[in-house]
Amino acid sequence: MSTKEKIGVYICHCGSNIAGMVDVEDVAKWSGEELADEGVIVARDYQFMCSSLGQELIEDDIKEKGLTRVVVGACSPHLHEATFRGACQRAGLNPFLCEMVSLREQVSWVLTDKKVATAKSKALVAGGVERVALHEPLEPLTVPIHPATLVVGGGIAGIQAALEIADSGHHVYLVERDPSIGGHMAQFDKTFPTLDCSACILTPKMVSAGNHPNITLLSWSEVEQVDGYVGNFTATIRKKARYIDEDLCTGCGVCIEKCPKKVIDNVFEAGLGYHKAVDRPFPQAVPKYPVIDKDNCIYFQRGKCRACEIFCPTKAIDFEQEDELIQVQVGNIILATGFDLFDSRRIPQYGYGRLANVFTSLEFERMCNAAGPTNGQVVLRDGVTQPKSVAIVHCVGSRDKNYNSYCSNICCMQSLKFAHLVKERTGAEVYNFYIDMRTIFKDYEEFYQKVLSEGVHFIRGRVAEITDAAREPGEEDKLIVQAEDTFIGKQRRIPVDMVVLSAGLEPRSDSKEVGHTFGISCSMNGWFTEKHPKLDPVATMTEGIFIAGACQGPKDIPASVAQGAAAAARVLGRINQGELALEPVRASVIEELCSGCRICNTLCPFNAISFDTVRKITEINAALCQGCGTCVAACPSEAITGTQFSNAQVLAQLDGLLMLDFSGKPVRQLHPELVPA
Amino acid sequence: MKYGYYPGCSLERNAIAYHRSAMAVADALDIEFVEVDDWNCCGATEYISIDALPAYALVARNLALASQQKQNGNGNQLVAPCSACYLNLQKTNHYMADSPELAQQVNTALQAGGLNYDPGSVRVRHLLDILTQDVGYDAVAEKVTKPLYNLRIAPYYGCLIVRPGFDDTYHNPEYPTCLDELMRKLGATVVDYPVKTHCCGGHMTQISEPVALDLIRRLLKNAADYQADAIVTLCPMCQLNLDGYQEAVNKHFGTNYQIPILYFTQLMGLAFGIKPKKLGFGKEFVDARPALAKIEAEPPKKPKKRKRPPKEALPMPNLTEGM
Repeated sequence: MSTKEKIGVYICHCGSNIAGMVDVEDVAKWSGEELADEGVIVARDYQFMCSSLGQELIEDDIKEKGLTRVVVGACSPHLHEATFRGACQRAGLNPFLCEMVSLREQVSWVLTDKKVATAKSKALVAGGVERVALHEPLEPLTVPIHPATLVVGGGIAGIQAALEIADSGHHVYLVERDPSIGGHMAQFDKTFPTLDCSACILTPKMVSAGNHPNITLLSWSEVEQVDGYVGNFTATIRKKARYIDEDLCTGCGVCIEKCPKKVIDNVFEAGLGYHKAVDRPFPQAVPKYPVIDKDNCIYFQRGKCRACEIFCPTKAIDFEQEDELIQVQVGNIILATGFDLFDSRRIPQYGYGRLANVFTSLEFERMCNAAGPTNGQVVLRDGVTQPKSVAIVHCVGSRDKNYNSYCSNICCMQSLKFAHLVKERTGAEVYNFYIDMRTIFKDYEEFYQKVLSEGVHFIRGRVAEITDAAREPGEEDKLIVQAEDTFIGKQRRIPVDMVVLSAGLEPRSDSKEVGHTFGISCSMNGWFTEKHPKLDPVATMTEGIFIAGACQGPKDIPASVAQGAAAAARVLGRINQGELALEPVRASVIEELCSGCRICNTLCPFNAISFDTVRKITEINAALCQGCGTCVAACPSEAITGTQFSNAQVLAQLDGLLMLDFSGKPVRQLHPELVPA
Repeated sequence: MKYGYYPGCSLERNAIAYHRSAMAVADALDIEFVEVDDWNCCGATEYISIDALPAYALVARNLALASQQKQNGNGNQLVAPCSACYLNLQKTNHYMADSPELAQQVNTALQAGGLNYDPGSVRVRHLLDILTQDVGYDAVAEKVTKPLYNLRIAPYYGCLIVRPGFDDTYHNPEYPTCLDELMRKLGATVVDYPVKTHCCGGHMTQISEPVALDLIRRLLKNAADYQADAIVTLCPMCQLNLDGYQEAVNKHFGTNYQIPILYFTQLMGLAFGIKPKKLGFGKEFVDARPALAKIEAEPPKKPKKRKRPPKEALPMPNLTEGM
């Protein structure tokens, strides 16, 4: 195909990253000669195209040779598309007339034969050249940013994010699923490595969040639906019925005291303690209002009782209360939805649920907590006996291909903390069974050394089983922990009174559905996926949705707080911009061609597609669309076209790749290395 | 239901009780087993450690014969009641499929006898798997006419069928529960048996008797600690070791265990109302009669009032929820 465009081709060496596997000089020379008919008037190679000198090369050619299109063969567009578009813009060329082809990620890093790599590079460049000729100049979309923010999840990461934003003068809606904010941190007694009291450092933040004039706290609430797009989201929030009028309730707690019904608390007390049918998770709860547990309330179940109502001094009990749906307008959303604990019952050979004195880490946290079911006493399941020996098992459900192959990050330090607390409170012998000791952050290794010096025994080996099947004298009526001590190469059986399983962290059981609600994706495991694992850890691929804390992957308190603050900083940056420029790479519907079949409607990962039921055609919200092209490919009537992804552009690129002309006739010999055998 | 059947050598001699009871139970459940014609020994647990290639060829001959057999029923399935045979057949089937090189070598060997085996074309199943998954617990429960009320049973799986967990048959290879469930369907009381997948010693009795006796003692002791009336097994090797060497264990350790070791099919047959003689009872060394005499016609009465735990006791986690 001949074109009137003047195209420049720029091949980057990327040091030896590309040049080590691709004959870059040959690719540039070939492009200049063989693609001259396609409009290439200049083709160069350079050691680092992304450097300022490399960019100037392009800029000078645009100005001096009057280039109308640019093709850069370098790394992935993910990395440097913005760089080269910037260069074009500075030289007066519309940035969308620049096309990148990936010679690093798709060629040099994945191939091992230099001849093949060079041939493939030429094909990719030819594809880019054919395509760029059909590019059109585009102008970025700008959208205004609503200054309010929605923070989902009131754990430490969410609280931190909410406070940072609220303190800087912008409004925050903080939504929490449980009756109180505080998250997992509120359940703990001590925090590693400083051993400061968890409640002492958390509750002031909870109170600040609860009282802040810029924070609307919606506890016992869940986000049901999110519409709109970055800068202008509408979130629908279900405020679940507490059966208590928050305007009247003073939080005096008389209802809790008088409620005759006690049930096992599987959430806050991790199954180790009880709560009343009207209760709050803990006395310092924020907000202070209790919630009536409808499934266990005698009145709701049998129609009689109403003790709470009789005794409430302010008449705040309201059995008629119903769920309420609230809509809020926000510009940005931060998800800080946290984690679930691995269910130790999935490893039956560890005996949790079968053997009374096997505890999970969360049970043990509650046991150590002065406000917990045992008032901080470390005791066996009978509630009285102090253990004389305790085994702490690391990596339960983590680093195990049968359950979760990843490291749960916090368990080593948590287990060391447990060892210290057991020693401190009971003086028992403590045996920590570990695979590797991972104490990598500030002051963590020092804490490990401290626990070592306290006389805790460390056995390096994954525990095979925990059993009450006594084999030798001395094992009777004990729990026997069997593991291979990999340092001495021998099986060891340690009889103990009590076992604590340091269970791993897992994504929330509904993380995939939550991800879908907010239009962001999860990894295979179910953790939310960040935009870039190193360079953009709190943003997501969906503009305006940020993530913080353990919902992105296992994290301890310092890391969660850092992420909460980081996400807040990103949101504040957006709010200060006032408006946001969006990539104009978008799909649009050619209305005359749309048959209203709705095939595309459910496919959009960003919820950008809606259906006009009156006109019976599909519509695409340009601000929500991320230009992924799924709908373009799916549309059977070719009624959806993508800017930068039109059929003509993609077909031209294919022709270039295959060295065909527009009518499908080969114009050049396909490189012999690339011909399929 | 129709399956190919590979009895293995044990079932013809020391485990004749297993064979008879399996046939009787199959009959009652309308299962037809078609024995592989001209089958040979599977090589037991030793041969693979001595010389792998001939060992695989020995097993593959049975698979080749089974694959030719027309009457194996749906999915060309081959049932092995013996755990060692089952594991050898599974291993050969899987390793030949994983390694085309091994498959080719084995088939070269089989050609001498005019045979060929296409790996994976026969699906190998254990008898327990068939009875719990294909027949199903409910169908078994329907056949029960004489429930085994009040009989306390330790379910012993042994180490061979659960590991390495081919086809993910046993859900949790460290703590399987299908035999537990099956025994409960017969009306028996199943005790928690933490050593359920521990080794019985295998042929260690011939190599180092003290080691074997200690392994056997652990299994007997644990069953006794949990007041089991009988240990139920599904493997001729396990049955032989626990039953035949029980006296030796008692002598060696000064203990006095008298725990009958029964095949799960024997108890199924008994609960189905089949005559004990047809089920091979009486072949065991440790007399099963005192244990079987404990069976009652009525289910054990549930204690009227559950003992309330002391006020200060911490609640136990719920075992079933979330599993």
